[in-house]
Amino acid sequence: MRLQYPDTIRVVRVPCTGKVDIIHILRSFEKGADGVYVVGCMEGDCRFNNGNIRAKKRVALAKKILDTIGIGGERVQMFNLSSAEGPKFAQYAVEMTDKIKELGANPIKKAFKKKAA
Amino acid sequence: MIVAEKKPMEEIIEEVKGYNKILIAGCNECVTVCEAGGKKEVQVLASALRMYFMNQGKEIKIDEVTLERQCDHEYLEEIRNIIDQYDAVLSLACGVGVQFMAEKYFTTPILPGVNTCFLGATEERGFWTERCQACGQCILARTGGICPVSRCAKRLLNGPCGGSTKGKCEIDSNVDCAWQLIIDRLKALGRLEQDYEKLTPIKDWSTDRAGGPRKVVREDVRI
Ligand code: SF4
Ligand code: SF4
Repeated sequence: MRLQYPDTIRVVRVPCTGKVDIIHILRSFEKGADGVYVVGCMEGDCRFNNGNIRAKKRVALAKKILDTIGIGGERVQMFNLSSAEGPKFAQYAVEMTDKIKELGANPIKKAFKKKAA
Repeated sequence: MIVAEKKPMEEIIEEVKGYNKILIAGCNECVTVCEAGGKKEVQVLASALRMYFMNQGKEIKIDEVTLERQCDHEYLEEIRNIIDQYDAVLSLACGVGVQFMAEKYFTTPILPGVNTCFLGATEERGFWTERCQACGQCILARTGGICPVSRCAKRLLNGPCGGSTKGKCEIDSNVDCAWQLIIDRLKALGRLEQDYEKLTPIKDWSTDRAGGPRKVVREDVRI
């Protein structure tokens, strides 16, 4: 199956979403990402029992931190799908890209541009 | 171990704003185990603070270090040659570590990044409970290994009180009555007669906080 999804997305492969830590999400923003989303297996279907539940909690905490520091928690999101749902992967990619476009660039980049100007 | 909790990010921002060069210092011991002030927490906090200030258009230097312990001279000495590069240190160690560092680096503000809570155990990941208040005269031998000083709301030595109901404490129906636990365990040990039926005399609280700040001196190991 060949599916198109927006080319602004950089895919980072991990063995399980349980590997994704808060620091990975935060560092992405620190380095200028406009949004981050984690795509995991369906809840209850984790090969490592609860990797995706851990990821969900970490995404929730990352959201809270990003809200507190003024970056905006809505820039992080978790999606769940089964490995047979390729079209959903593409659909989530479009959804997330649209949402980030609406929110605009990472405010850190904006703050620095303003300063440089 | 000493159990601590992360301070809210908002409070930390208030503490550190106004400084331009900040070192965030974690501790590899208790606060790492209770996931409040270890290397991982240092990384997350440093990244979040850097972004907070960047977002304000401020360039603040925020560095990270995690020491083996902050309650021992030898590990605190490891930052002696870099401490002058910073206006302030945000220590994620327990209150002991924060103070010990402050004593050593007298002219650098050392700020606390966690709330130190109690001496306790990890019941399960993400859930810690109190077990000891360091009273300085341990009575666990007579109380079936359950501490009424830390676990009975009234610190009763001859309990339970009249508020004990169905095994729970009168302060909260989710809290076990320490004295119910003591009696149950003494029964299981077959020691109810020896340990429970005898009245416990008034405890010498001078070894607790009532006697002021405490110290332990061991001439046999001092050099
Ligand atoms: S009796 Fe004192 S030293 Fe023993 S566990 Fe209780 S508080 Fe700690
Ligand atoms: S109910 Fe039990 S634990 Fe609570 S104060 Fe009374 S004796 Fe102590």
